[in-house]
Amino acid sequence: MDLGHTEEEEEFRRTLRAWLAKTLPGLPPKPDPLDWPARRAYDMGWQRTLYDAGYAGLHWPKDAGGRGATPTQHLIYLEETERAGAPYVGAGFVGLLHAGPTIAAEGTEEQRRRWLPPVLRGDEVWCQGFSEPDAGSDLAALRTRAVRDGDDYVVTGSKIWTSHAEVADWCELLVRTDPEVPRHRGISWLALPMDAPGVTVRPLRTLAGTAEFAEVFLDEVRVPVANRVGEENDGWRVTMVTLSFERGTAFVGEVVACRRLLGELARAARANGRWDDAVLRRRLGRLNAEFTALWRLTQWNVSEAEHALRRGGTGVPGVGGSVFKLRYSQARQELYDAAAEVLGPDGGALDADEAWTADRLSSLAYTIAAGTSQIQRNIVAERILGLPKGR
Amino acid sequence: MTPAVDFRLTDDQEALRRGTRELLDARCGRDALRRAAGDGSGPPPARLDRALWRELADAGFFALALPEAEGGVGLGLPETVLVMEEAGRALVPGPLAASWLAATAGLVPGAADGTAVVTALERAEGPVEHLEAADRVLVLDGDGPPRTVAPESLRAEPVRSVDPLSPLHRVTGGPATRAAGEAPEGVDGARLRREGALLTAAQQLGSAGRTVEMAVGYAREREQFGQPIGAFQAVKHLCAEMLVRTETARSVVYAAALTEDGTETAAAKLLADEAAVRNARDCLQVHGGMGFTWEADVHLHLKRAWLRAGQWQSVVTAEEKLATAL
Repeated sequence: MDLGHTEEEEEFRRTLRAWLAKTLPGLPPKPDPLDWPARRAYDMGWQRTLYDAGYAGLHWPKDAGGRGATPTQHLIYLEETERAGAPYVGAGFVGLLHAGPTIAAEGTEEQRRRWLPPVLRGDEVWCQGFSEPDAGSDLAALRTRAVRDGDDYVVTGSKIWTSHAEVADWCELLVRTDPEVPRHRGISWLALPMDAPGVTVRPLRTLAGTAEFAEVFLDEVRVPVANRVGEENDGWRVTMVTLSFERGTAFVGEVVACRRLLGELARAARANGRWDDAVLRRRLGRLNAEFTALWRLTQWNVSEAEHALRRGGTGVPGVGGSVFKLRYSQARQELYDAAAEVLGPDGGALDADEAWTADRLSSLAYTIAAGTSQIQRNIVAERILGLPKGR
Repeated sequence: MTPAVDFRLTDDQEALRRGTRELLDARCGRDALRRAAGDGSGPPPARLDRALWRELADAGFFALALPEAEGGVGLGLPETVLVMEEAGRALVPGPLAASWLAATAGLVPGAADGTAVVTALERAEGPVEHLEAADRVLVLDGDGPPRTVAPESLRAEPVRSVDPLSPLHRVTGGPATRAAGEAPEGVDGARLRREGALLTAAQQLGSAGRTVEMAVGYAREREQFGQPIGAFQAVKHLCAEMLVRTETARSVVYAAALTEDGTETAAAKLLADEAAVRNARDCLQVHGGMGFTWEADVHLHLKRAWLRAGQWQSVVTAEEKLATAL
């Protein structure tokens, strides 16, 4: 057991910190959250800045154009950028954290050359077409059909919960290429150009009133067979690589953010007198314990991933991510519930324009997105504890 | 290059854990535990097993963190935490944390080699475990310096302890004066409290880990409606949450052993207490009617978890400490 960093890691942190201090003041003002083209431009501008400074694709392998940083360096990067208030990955999320790593791991040389550099440079945006109206937690039930016609697949169906669909260039799409075989074995992974004829995007409004994601309708869309990553009908395995990334380090920055938010909440409570309420004060104390532990759990998961990598594994975070996500999503919702108590009904808890309240609404997605808490508990029970499968 | 931030145990730490588990399995296994707990029909027969106490001392339980020059093992808090976790897992009775503190701070001769048993009084008044068996009592009331007193110098009444393996007295009056105790120079009371909380958290962690195993083991064997009850999501999800509590607590208990930070230790105690108590409750629930019997071991974990949760740092103290740090 050791919580120290190596000199190499400390040097990495110092250099990054200095670069952030120099770079962040020169960034343009943040865009209107409802203006998608402006959001895309802002997020891609930040990605280009990272690219020019050599920080793009930090955790990607070197032969994919990344820096081949260790999981610990990636963790330091996420920790420092969050502390400095740097922009989030935003519209670059799917490209950098899902589709890109999948193509890097499973794509042909030509596919890597075509798709990876634009992601790193911030030239192209990817979205994710996995879930369907009738295939949510049960993803393998997906029905969007792809029928081979010469050098193309003809794709028909619909996808849902697709973030950034309005501004995306590409969609990592899961389709059924063989309906006759057991369902996990008839799925393929395609790169769908979002400007292809037959693609219709319909924004979905969340309960927070914002359009964070969309439905994507596909009506006989022609996708070249050359856009398939991995073998035909091997898309489920290809996808699992991607999902492991999503459940691993995706939340590092958010844990750091939660610790900062909790500090802000304590200051607000001291300022408005709510701190004198012992029940509320102790609730904030408990949240401090939660996020302290979650930060250590994150470090633990990252150190496990690092060791797996050293042993010649993939560095893909394992099922420990499910343990983390269960606790984190609940704690984050409790943080916003506590914030509502601190603000009180007269102080903004019922005002949708109040940032804490808007974030409280958004936080309701945490126990659902990227695998519901119920699915995560099944994963923990079956894959870690070895309890029998069954419902 | 040695990887940095690394929660994995070193080979030596793994060997220490394995050796401790083997010792406790052999010397403090289920049969011994059940004999000590009695059959529940009368007053608990539990008396501290002094021979076991000396064996634990021989294995380095109390001298782990003492320098080798002082007859110790020369290790630190992380190793102590691993050993205490094993003790909590095996439900080893006795004032382990207090005796370790007395040995490590050099407060009581014989504490390190197990010839002296040291229990603790953390407030001016309140419960003390194993008072009759103890040779000295470590007193940490108020802000005064820590000191040790003779058990006979305390006014105390026996309590029918909820934990059959931990005899309790309620102290109603401390030693007449502060001068009645021995207060050596240079002993840091805040540090003793912090380490006492950490070592207790480690025992709670061990118990929490053990009750997950017990619940999962039972859920795989017990069949109803034609299948193991562990195949039902209602049971599966209880077990999953037990593991989440355990692993969340583990990460912060181990981290606190490395950082020796007061706030992190408060988080460790709070979450380990919660993991031990709530896991024992869920384990009992998974065992159904059997879990409510004296014969099942579940209640012993729950009762010990309740006892330890009240020791060294209560929920209120930990939460207030964590709030103040914000």
